[in-house]
Amino acid sequence: MKIAIIDYGIGNVRSILSAFENQGANVFLTSNKDEILKSDGLVLPGVGAFSHGMENLKSYDLVDTIKEYATLDRPFMGICLGMQLLFEESEEFGETKGLGLILGKVVKLPTKDSQNEKLPHVSWNELNGKNVPWVNTILTDIEEGSDMYFVHSFIAQPRDGDNILSTTEYSSHHFCSSVKKDNIYGCQFHPEKSGPTGLKIINNFIRMCQI
Amino acid sequence: MNKIRVVARIDVKNEFAIKGIHLEGLRKVGNPNEMARNYYNDGIDEIVFMDAVAAYYDRNSLSELIQEACKDVFIPITVGGGIRTIDDIKNALKSGADKVAINTKAVKYPNFIMQSSKIFGSQCIVSSIEAKSIKDGKWEVYTDNGRESTGKDVIEWAKYVEELGAGEIMLTSIDKEGTKKGFDIDLYKSVVQSVSIPVIASGGMGQSADAVELLENADIDAIAIASVLHYKMESIQEIKDTLLQHQIKVRI
Repeated sequence: MKIAIIDYGIGNVRSILSAFENQGANVFLTSNKDEILKSDGLVLPGVGAFSHGMENLKSYDLVDTIKEYATLDRPFMGICLGMQLLFEESEEFGETKGLGLILGKVVKLPTKDSQNEKLPHVSWNELNGKNVPWVNTILTDIEEGSDMYFVHSFIAQPRDGDNILSTTEYSSHHFCSSVKKDNIYGCQFHPEKSGPTGLKIINNFIRMCQI
Repeated sequence: MNKIRVVARIDVKNEFAIKGIHLEGLRKVGNPNEMARNYYNDGIDEIVFMDAVAAYYDRNSLSELIQEACKDVFIPITVGGGIRTIDDIKNALKSGADKVAINTKAVKYPNFIMQSSKIFGSQCIVSSIEAKSIKDGKWEVYTDNGRESTGKDVIEWAKYVEELGAGEIMLTSIDKEGTKKGFDIDLYKSVVQSVSIPVIASGGMGQSADAVELLENADIDAIAIASVLHYKMESIQEIKDTLLQHQIKVRI
């Protein structure tokens, strides 16, 4: 069983690698198309700006590879910016097209001016709202209300509510903090930075790749 | 209110974790990796490693330490001290850091904050500010662990780094640092009112009651703790329990 982490020059991939290794996975970093398509599970990491992320995926010529992977019905997970890139488009720095694997778009996290809430949202925050059951997903055996580490200013808004796996509240707004469509998952938070609970989510993903 | 992040700050010199008073008179307090692991296992929310002498010696040497730490510490790690080029940031992130704290270089070339936040994203650029009180309600920006004065006003500088793209501010009170006599509440109040990015308060905590007093008076996002943890005066759990008893939300 081999899990590929996509290397496209974005973000802190070492922590993701070591979190997967810590959970016993055979994991490797790659930007090679064949290696990606042969892997039993795929992770799209990323931090920073949406447009920068898409530009890099294009310059590494990985957009079609990722889209092809998504049709194979093997476990595929986007983390933080990697989750946002799964969607159709983002309004960050003007409209930018995404991978379009999940319907919906990426918008700025709404905040109430009156409360002077801060952006970016840098905080541990709770996973709530079971629109869909968590059993047999990456959130298997995760307790509702578990704290995960978030750092972001933009959020994904899935068009289909059934794609919303969990929500999280910030500035009185409940945003989609994890997403699921078939075997494609996304986490707005960083499971690799969220202590033992985050590692449990990674472990759940690894187990799916073994099936 | 957001959950307050409880951060362990580990100042490093060569291979040792050290601690001083007013950022001076440094004493060895342990092995930085062992300390980071222990704090992680005890429930700390975040770790900051600061190379205490990097700016002074014009170097940057924490890569190995970070590589080691991120093998078994699965929470955000910030590295600071001696970050002065885009390559320094790349190396730090490649080694496993999530954020870099920048002080001296930003004071000399403020555009470094803008440049680096454009490349790596604001979320990974922490503006580290060392503040020294000059008169009532006025603080001056210092660099090089409180060695060099800059003539800059802390409030104005904090607003400016936000404008330049810093994603967070780590604000250290030189007057309080290492004294264990409590935070400089006026300083934090003044800065959080002036910016809308998260502020980490660093310097002065001697007991969890100091954190409560700060958090009840200023809209701070995170507290960085050194002495209380390094000298095992209170455990992380005890600190979090005290905060919870005062209706201050933390990650459990």
